[in-house]
Amino acid sequence: MYKLTLAELAAGLRAGDYSSVELTEAFLERIESLDPQLHSFISVTGERALAQARAADARRAAGEADPLAGVPFAHKDIFCTAGVRTSCGSKMLDRFEAPYDATVVERCDAAGLVMLGKTNMDEFAMGSSNENSWYGPVQNPWNAAAVPGGSSGGSAAAVAARLAPAATGTDTGGSIRQPAALCGITGIKPTYGRVSRYGMVAFASSLDQAGPMAASAEDCALLLNVIAGFDPRDSTSAEVEVPDYTATLTTGLGGLKIGLPKEYFGEGLDAGVARAVDAAIAEYRRLGAGVVDISLPSTALAIPAYYVVAPAEASSNLSRYDGVRFGYRCENPKDLLDLYTRSRAEGFGAEVKRRIMIGTYALSAGYYDAYYLKAQRIRRLIRDEFLRAFEQVDVILGPTTPSPAFGLGEKSGDPVTMYLADIYTVAANLAGLPAMSVPCGFADGLPVGMQLIGPHFAEAKLLNVAHRYQLATDWHRRMPQAFA
Amino acid sequence: MSLAPAEVARIAHLARLAIDDADVPAYARELSAILELVERMNAVDTTGVAPLAHPLDMVQRLRADAVTETDRRDAFQAIAPQTEAGLYLVPKVIE
Repeated sequence: MYKLTLAELAAGLRAGDYSSVELTEAFLERIESLDPQLHSFISVTGERALAQARAADARRAAGEADPLAGVPFAHKDIFCTAGVRTSCGSKMLDRFEAPYDATVVERCDAAGLVMLGKTNMDEFAMGSSNENSWYGPVQNPWNAAAVPGGSSGGSAAAVAARLAPAATGTDTGGSIRQPAALCGITGIKPTYGRVSRYGMVAFASSLDQAGPMAASAEDCALLLNVIAGFDPRDSTSAEVEVPDYTATLTTGLGGLKIGLPKEYFGEGLDAGVARAVDAAIAEYRRLGAGVVDISLPSTALAIPAYYVVAPAEASSNLSRYDGVRFGYRCENPKDLLDLYTRSRAEGFGAEVKRRIMIGTYALSAGYYDAYYLKAQRIRRLIRDEFLRAFEQVDVILGPTTPSPAFGLGEKSGDPVTMYLADIYTVAANLAGLPAMSVPCGFADGLPVGMQLIGPHFAEAKLLNVAHRYQLATDWHRRMPQAFA
Repeated sequence: MSLAPAEVARIAHLARLAIDDADVPAYARELSAILELVERMNAVDTTGVAPLAHPLDMVQRLRADAVTETDRRDAFQAIAPQTEAGLYLVPKVIE
């Protein structure tokens, strides 16, 4: 039953083919036997999961269950969970138990979903390979020597290996889409503000957005139905009505206009990835969509602007880790400054420290205009180019990543090379646009993802465009041999 | 932009990060490489372009000026490294 999708599992529960307790036990057993190798979880919460499963079974017996009640899944370890550690992949928060639940967690609990545990991730969501986790790297289920991507690498690997049928992720510069692509699963980063950031450990607050990661677009729609919506506790939460994302999944694609930005198909794109994405474009033509060549001239500026905006916001957000109120504190501080500087130096890993330093520099006196304001001006150029493109096309399609999964250790010595792994994904964050990754083939035996980007609040359209493709193809149903 | 060792030490101080002297050259090299990447922004003239802080041009929402939080001091202090009598403890600041 681990091969079933979220939709199929929900149907099985509804039909009484199995109970939530049986389902939860089956997934917990898979985690126990397979995760010591994969390392996709930081915490497994078996007892809590079984209690939630029993409650879901009782609700279902009483005839009052939500569609996903009793379905197991996992949370990225960035969402605060009262009573369960929230580490954010950092030594800084290794012993942190939040005194409250994130809104995303509350909503999933209310829907009767069963949390199996909390997944591994790059420390404070900073990374593209999951190698920055204090708890150690995650393997790519398709190749043990390859990275799963990051920062939601644990969520992506757990879903790809079917240790969980779905998981939550967060995406600040590609952290849902890039690991989804590298692990051969489906993931959507909604419009900025669509899903509440309350209780989600902050990295870069004008970019951070949570979203679902699952086998299919239909499963992402089901989970997005649960987590999307206005939250007064998040000051930038969008007061925009949430549609039923499953209602329009099967809408036909006749007349759909797909834009292909030439900047996403140029130099630096792996030939195998290009072939798989080209084949997906051909499939869309067969499905009745029209294809339009477009240009997003500022694409090459997205990474440079992102590596000012994101570190600047991170340096401010992470100033809260001071060794005083919560989180790691160093031994025997000799004075207050020593307490701050050593707690932070010992509690944060190398990449987090680099980004705090870059952000601090970019915001420091004399450099603010040249870096931070310059980056924000470029941010407007990037957003406006997208808005102009969407006057012409309904969605934009391209590769999610320039190459399939790279090797463990291959890029970890060179931050700049690692940053360029997100070259196609960061622009959607700067512009606040919804974007998703959909499996569309293989290159060198590793999964390839295509990226779909839509106008603000067009999640339903993206899910529809992805679902129609998945009805015609079976890439999203392929499973890695070692976990099949 | 290449960062001098003294500049790295200054940034580390502003960021409240203790750095070993031995690690300064590596930081200088890595941070300089990142700044070089960032400075590709200068290839485009942005004169007259207004900075964009938020992708949706939203205005900050205001809430009613009312007390909404309950007293949860014990829960918040339960996760602190060191507390006493409802206070957070730090090394002595004033002699």
